[in-house]
Amino acid sequence: MSEAGIIEVHGLTKTYQVGDVEVHALRGVDLQVSKGEFVAIVGASGSGKSTLFHILGGLTPMSSGAVRINGRDLSGMTNAERTELRKTTVGFVFQKYNLLPTLTAEDNIRIVQYIADREMTFAPGFQEILNLLGIADRLKHKPRALSGGQQQRVAIARGIVNSPAILLADEPTGNLDSENAAAVLKLMKDLNKRLGQTILMITHDAEAASYADRIVRMRDGRIMMAEHQTN
Amino acid sequence: MLNNLIFANLGHRPIRTLLSVLAIAVEVTMILTLVGVSYGTLDQSAQRNRGVGADIWFRPPGSSVIGLSTAPLSDKIPALLMQEPHVTFAMGTMVQPLSGGFDSITGLDIDDFTKLNGGFHFLRGGPLVNDDDIIVDEYYAKQKNLHVGSTVNLVNHDWKVAGIFESGKLARICVKLSALQALTGNPGHLSQIFVKVDDPRKAQSIVDALKLKYKGYQIYTMEEFISMISINNVGMLKNFIGVVIGVAVVVGFIVVFMAMYTAVLERTREIGILKAVGGSSALILNILFRETLLLALLGSAMGIVLTYGTQWLMKHAVPASLVQETVYGWWPIVTGIAVVGALLGVVVPAMKAIKQDVTEALSYE
Repeated sequence: MSEAGIIEVHGLTKTYQVGDVEVHALRGVDLQVSKGEFVAIVGASGSGKSTLFHILGGLTPMSSGAVRINGRDLSGMTNAERTELRKTTVGFVFQKYNLLPTLTAEDNIRIVQYIADREMTFAPGFQEILNLLGIADRLKHKPRALSGGQQQRVAIARGIVNSPAILLADEPTGNLDSENAAAVLKLMKDLNKRLGQTILMITHDAEAASYADRIVRMRDGRIMMAEHQTN
Repeated sequence: MLNNLIFANLGHRPIRTLLSVLAIAVEVTMILTLVGVSYGTLDQSAQRNRGVGADIWFRPPGSSVIGLSTAPLSDKIPALLMQEPHVTFAMGTMVQPLSGGFDSITGLDIDDFTKLNGGFHFLRGGPLVNDDDIIVDEYYAKQKNLHVGSTVNLVNHDWKVAGIFESGKLARICVKLSALQALTGNPGHLSQIFVKVDDPRKAQSIVDALKLKYKGYQIYTMEEFISMISINNVGMLKNFIGVVIGVAVVVGFIVVFMAMYTAVLERTREIGILKAVGGSSALILNILFRETLLLALLGSAMGIVLTYGTQWLMKHAVPASLVQETVYGWWPIVTGIAVVGALLGVVVPAMKAIKQDVTEALSYE
């Protein structure tokens, strides 16, 4: 399944200026993720995993180093170019779901198609995914009428509707009970296996990380260790 | 899709949306009412002047197009004018503005007036007989709740209502010329003279001849004079409308600024979500500007409807003093004004929205 380098990170640093103090969130990160891989990045709070997530997703610029996402160099990208990257290459799943509260579940998914100038119909294959996610009959509901688990499954559907090269998930089970968390992780694993969807998941939960092909551990802005798993 | 989001956003905060629309509506109504009253009052004035039945209007030097506040003409002039070629009749009136409103009282000789145009058509009562008699038109009678035999105090004098006539000729309130002249200390003086000629088609050449003889006097054919009764020829009114439009634009700007600034603050997270999933600055601007445009259009539509309310109110409360017309030509203009004010109001909130950092916006609670 794996091919070389859909995500390539070399010597990545990120320094924030907080008043007069420089905070080194990333201190030279090297990481390579192959196409079709499911990678979990684990680490304690302040380890730099969220900063890495934001940079890989083009949400925030890096300070130095080299990052290539699906062959595109992120260094020196303008805001508009990072927006284009998010539109075409990366899908997101957030801990707090981040659905638009005024839209139905269906429109929350379709708006991503609209933004990417895609045809706003669900392909038969995607209908199957909606069935797999268990939200096909909940699409006309607004987020407030959905459970946390359902909202997160809508967010996953939104994240993959445009078939992005990479799905980035930031603590996707952080707000869910263990039953819903297990269901969501199982679905993500399923999507990874069925569609070959590359997934990079940030988590501090060892149980969640166990669903990944590979676990990358971070501490103090550096990658300490990577271990492959047999699932 | 975007329209779904815009309607959903506006529907999400119905009270705020309604208040914004209402505020824009008030702005629109304010302008349309003022313009409607201006047109209505001037058109009514023109209609009443046309109803006099004269062909030429003779006015004092330096008088304004609408309104007369003095009586500088000698009452000997009508007799002199009747000696001019083609002039068949001339009648002078005196106009005294009434304090506290737009009304005025007109002094006339009822027999002369009848010779000029057949006289008033009385709905109730009859013509002026005594010096204390007053006749009023139906609208003034309705507004002041006057009946034949009622007493009304005007120009510090108690008048007895002798008749109520059908509106559309000369004035709304008339008394005997000699009585008004005496009461205001202007014996032998007139404010204006109406002239009838043997052939109305020759009115312009007669005016030209009169102008040569009566230098400095304002002499017009009736049609020429009526065509001059427009907002553009009433400088103060034109300026006043300009000021009201300016105020309305500022009101619209402030209302939309506050509404959209609050909306942007409240929707920080949603804007962050849209940006995170690839929404460009142009998309964010597009959403905010479309929402604002919708508010402005809804406000304009509601404002136009409310204008019918003010029209009804004036028709029933002050039918004689203020006449409000529906000026359809101003609907697109006032909508444009509302849209411009609203779009100006959304600029700063929109700039704030597109400058928001995505990661900060996503962590906004």
